[in-house]
Amino acid sequence: MKKVRIFLTGLLMTMAVALGGCTGDKTAETPVSSAENADGSGYSATGQITIGIAQDLDDGLDPHKVDAAGTREILFNVYEGLVKYDVNGNLVPAVASDYAISTDGLTYTFTLREGVLFHDGNAVTPDDVIYSLSRCADTSNGEALKPALTNISFLQANDEGKVVIKLNEPDPDFLSYMTTAIIPAWNTDPETNVVGTGPYKFVSHTPQESVVLEAFDEYWGEKAHIKNVTLKVIANPDSIVMEMMGGSVDMFCRVTDEQAKELATGDFNIETGTMNLVQALYLNNSYEPFQDERVRQAICYAIDPDEVMAYVSGGEGTEIATAVFPAFGRYYDASLNDNYNKDVEKAKELLKEAGYENSLEFSITVPSNYQPHVATAEVLVEQLKAAGINASIELVDWDTWLSGTYSERNYQATVIGVDANPLTARALLERYRSDAGNNFMNYNNPDFDAKLDAAFATYDDEEQTKLFKECLSILSETAASAYIQDLPCFVAVRKNVAGYKFYPLYAQDFASLYFTDAQ
Amino acid sequence: MLQSIRKTLKKYNNFFFNVGMIITLVFFVLAVVGCFYTPYNTTEMNVALKNSSPALAHIFGCDNYGRDIFSRVMEGIRNTFFISFFTVMIGSLAGIVIGAISGYYGGKLDEILMRINDVMFAFPSVLLALVIISLFGSGTMVVTLALGIAFIPSFARIVRSEYKKQAALDYVQSAKLMGAKDIRVIFVHILPNILPVLVSSVMIGFNNAVLAEAGLSYLGIGVQPPEASLGRMLSEAQSYLFSAPWYALFPGLAIVFMVLGFSMLAEGISAAKSR
Repeated sequence: MKKVRIFLTGLLMTMAVALGGCTGDKTAETPVSSAENADGSGYSATGQITIGIAQDLDDGLDPHKVDAAGTREILFNVYEGLVKYDVNGNLVPAVASDYAISTDGLTYTFTLREGVLFHDGNAVTPDDVIYSLSRCADTSNGEALKPALTNISFLQANDEGKVVIKLNEPDPDFLSYMTTAIIPAWNTDPETNVVGTGPYKFVSHTPQESVVLEAFDEYWGEKAHIKNVTLKVIANPDSIVMEMMGGSVDMFCRVTDEQAKELATGDFNIETGTMNLVQALYLNNSYEPFQDERVRQAICYAIDPDEVMAYVSGGEGTEIATAVFPAFGRYYDASLNDNYNKDVEKAKELLKEAGYENSLEFSITVPSNYQPHVATAEVLVEQLKAAGINASIELVDWDTWLSGTYSERNYQATVIGVDANPLTARALLERYRSDAGNNFMNYNNPDFDAKLDAAFATYDDEEQTKLFKECLSILSETAASAYIQDLPCFVAVRKNVAGYKFYPLYAQDFASLYFTDAQ
Repeated sequence: MLQSIRKTLKKYNNFFFNVGMIITLVFFVLAVVGCFYTPYNTTEMNVALKNSSPALAHIFGCDNYGRDIFSRVMEGIRNTFFISFFTVMIGSLAGIVIGAISGYYGGKLDEILMRINDVMFAFPSVLLALVIISLFGSGTMVVTLALGIAFIPSFARIVRSEYKKQAALDYVQSAKLMGAKDIRVIFVHILPNILPVLVSSVMIGFNNAVLAEAGLSYLGIGVQPPEASLGRMLSEAQSYLFSAPWYALFPGLAIVFMVLGFSMLAEGISAAKSR
């Protein structure tokens, strides 16, 4: 009996370690090799790949409503607009085969591409396009889904079946907004009817578990190579390495540099790009201490992005000082990075002036599924401590973050990355306007609003760029938030999969992936 | 007085009890010392020491932020030890009372209590803890309370079945005939007789509490980073299992020995009782 008990004790001990050590499922799925399709000739998509994603599609599947970059990058494969971005960030025709812009910049004429089919098999008609765009421009329920589209004054199909759009005022960025997903005109509930025109069609979504996509055989463009794509939600970043090494996941976008190093020793290639995010310690400007500009500036002085990068991204990130990441060559100004060089004394001085000497306390809400942000928060807490600021971390799951922090703005500070969709200055800056629906940091600065309006009202490209840059430096000077970096993006891909493409926006293109013979 | 202590010690003088006591005492001391002193600041980071292997200055090595793992293990033991201890305490005390009343009296009361128990059982304990935490907010105290409540049903059920068994036995009947009050029968007569079962379930409960605490820490409730808990450290160490195995090894060993110590203690106590 005693021996049995000892054995049981031993067993429990082993389980304690084993259970603590692995939490993923271990069903290994070996992808079927389909090297014959690697060149795209003789099309038939084969095989299956499991791709890990850090978050579930918690904010829904309606392409016009989703706000989370992590959801959008997946819908990128399912939906297309009249135009879409290529790997260089240029707009290329998609559902439209061609477009013409009048010389006054007010009339856009889109020719629809022949033979573009929805996933339900019906061809795309001008009605579908008009329905999709007017759905986004509709202001009857308050703010339009895409405020930029409220500029449309006239939207109709002409006799030749072309879609004609007239604007109230010229807008150099308007074409970017034609990336808006085209959905069928019958689809009044895109949340449940996920029908687009992209290279992958939506099959199913199991909340908190997986999303299944299947290659769309009748896609108009270059068809996907891999037939079945399963997106597996791995909300515990600590288990990514084990899941991948164990064979249950073939690819994961955005692992940390440490995880990348670990995976590179195994069966994985590591592709390196940038995340195209504005990662910052976003400060809720309505939280009492943060209403004081000096307190926000003090935080900027107290933190050191270089040190964060050394811990979080293997030193490979790019420092940013305002709400723009370097992919925006036109607006990114590296000299702003010197606005707040780490200066603990200065930080303390500012806090003292503001009356928060050694007494500033706040909590940083971080979504626990994003390892880089959690790690950043941990480093920040240490840096802030040196300046007498007592910050604590509150980990929440992604859904809670989206609803509580992002939508309800019920937080003090948070570490997150914000992307730009589409790739326009408007997408970057509009969220700082005091009345913007997505101004989750509650930034409120009439000077900024005025400058932004002036920029939108300017049609001269050079002048507009200048105004946007001024807006960006206002954000930096007033310390709208404590900006940190554009993170490097390490993508771990199993060695028999190739073709991963980086986009200058937050997107993952599954259609370009294919199997090779390499093991 | 001295005589009686010596007598008690002699009674418990067996291999399991001694070894278990030593291990548990070591952990207890580490946990208490961890409240006041750790060799290094547990949150101080150092780029140069990222994932450095065990050396004289850092005997357990350093983690991915260059923090001293030994100091963090000490802090982790402190957090895990106290959370698990109080969790089991709350769970077992409440469980004993509910189980005893239910099992001893039987009848309608038993039915009602046990159906409530079943309802609680139907929720996975972590889910139940999540509900409690969402009601009362997060934090170490709340987590302890939440886990403690979540642990009540399993204790209650074990205790109830033991009481049902015992209540039918002759010694209980004779105690009743001699006029012993119910409360005396329950706690003075029956309770000591179910101790061996109780002690082993407490020890298993302790093991579960360590793991549940680890699970909750991951979910973002309970011990929040940068503070360390053994479960959280073990979970974080997964990513570095191949390049920095010491990161997983030492918190893992700490858990193993903590559970081992308690298990041996339990074994020792039940051996002494059955003698």
